[in-house]
Amino acid sequence: MICQECQKRPATLHYTKIINGEKIEMHLCEYCAKENNVMNFDQSSGFSINNLLAGLFNLNPNIEHINKEHPFSANQIIQCDNCGMTLDRFLKIGRFGCANCYEAFSEQLTPVFRRLHGGNWKHNGKIPKRAGGTINIRKKIEILKETLQTLVEREEFEKAAEVRDEIRFYEKQLQEGGE
Amino acid sequence: MSIERFLNQAVSSWMNADGPQADIILTSRIRLARNLRDFLFPTVFTNEEANEVLRKVENIMPLLNIHPLQDAELLKMDLLQQLQKQVLVEKHLISPNLAEQSIGGACILSPNEEVSIMINEEDHIRIQCILSGLQLQEALELANAVDDQLEEHLDYAFNEVQGYLTSCPTNVGTGLRASVMLHLPGLVMTRQIRQLISSINQLGFTVRGIYGEGSEALGNIFQISNQITLGKSEEDIILDLNNVVGQIVNQERSAREAIVRQSEIQLEDRVYRSLGVLMNSRIIDSKEAANCLSDVRLGIDLGYIKNISRNILNELMILTQPGFLQQYAGGGLRPFERDVRRATLIRERLRLETKS
Repeated sequence: MICQECQKRPATLHYTKIINGEKIEMHLCEYCAKENNVMNFDQSSGFSINNLLAGLFNLNPNIEHINKEHPFSANQIIQCDNCGMTLDRFLKIGRFGCANCYEAFSEQLTPVFRRLHGGNWKHNGKIPKRAGGTINIRKKIEILKETLQTLVEREEFEKAAEVRDEIRFYEKQLQEGGE
Repeated sequence: MSIERFLNQAVSSWMNADGPQADIILTSRIRLARNLRDFLFPTVFTNEEANEVLRKVENIMPLLNIHPLQDAELLKMDLLQQLQKQVLVEKHLISPNLAEQSIGGACILSPNEEVSIMINEEDHIRIQCILSGLQLQEALELANAVDDQLEEHLDYAFNEVQGYLTSCPTNVGTGLRASVMLHLPGLVMTRQIRQLISSINQLGFTVRGIYGEGSEALGNIFQISNQITLGKSEEDIILDLNNVVGQIVNQERSAREAIVRQSEIQLEDRVYRSLGVLMNSRIIDSKEAANCLSDVRLGIDLGYIKNISRNILNELMILTQPGFLQQYAGGGLRPFERDVRRATLIRERLRLETKS
């Protein structure tokens, strides 16, 4: 098959364009394909997650609204204080700048995560041994501190002392854990 | 380069079609995305930070002592030639993104090429394990073991609510992408594939061609992977994918049976014609090669062809890619020259089969 553009070289790129529901078959050689920039299928262009993400943020199905610079409020800039990423820029590029962005944008993220992950917003999988080890201990300490509080209020001091020792034990473990 | 030597260097262990359900399932792949807590993500970090991340990982390499990572090699993208990178991409060991656009990009590769760890791709660390056939559970265990080893020495970005923090919100949580590569000529021939793809999409899985996002399903090869990474455990993600894949395998088997029942001689004719093309052509483009390879592989699976081994499809689909052909030729090739080379390589490879 010969290239539709130059009518000289053999066509090596075959694809179907659909414009307004009309199918057009294209057969181009590599040279003409490059000229016409049709090989530009990289992830940053086209109908990718990045472009869709901005749409996901917008809970109001008003199309004009999506194109606005600030989807939440015109004069409020939400920014990560660690890497300087703004919420706007995150929406445009679809990528976080650092781990802290997750906290900085946390209020806005939950609905996005829900939409991307079938309604889920909370991790339910693997917990890393080291980082997770301290998470588990910290969780335990939190619960014990609450228990301690109630025991003190009820004036059950003997039990409270036991719990206090337990908290100290875990806090020591936390320090030795190298965190 | 002789074909034997070329093949010895080129074939990864997962290309040997010896895994479970290998008549339909080519490979199982697991990818885990991880980031370091104290560094900006690769999307925004500076060159110095990129190099520091790389240095950190390089420094712990001697400490990685589990089986697949012993004698692993660190390949820095800056130091590789264009063609070497292209070959790694064609083997699915690194992403095009790492090869072309990364800063301080590198890859740790196990000797059998089952484990590759990309450094400074979209995330600081991407662990990838590929096994042949349907072995998602085994691949996950392997990836987890590598992950645990790395975590002993590196501080991961992780929190309780969102799990492993990734550059892209589509990977957050487990950071897990599990993919299965399937050969589905039966479902394509019986025109069931379109419907299948749309119903799989509704279940939260994506279907793509052999070279990932946006690529065409060359040679009736499809890749199915999970889309949801947050809120489900790694085991559940794999269990669900396993179930979906199991159903597809059953449908493919009954489609193949139906074709044999209804048009045996036509199918046999098609298989042998394709074999004839592969054994005799002097010029062949990648699309025609992929289609003929698919037919021949189906012929092997159905028992029409007996003297050719099954891994011919797995192997030649990869080895007839432009980068490999140029490596085999020992230099750059224009598209037409590639088609000639491709035909030669396939003929030589098939002659090797029928000789033994």
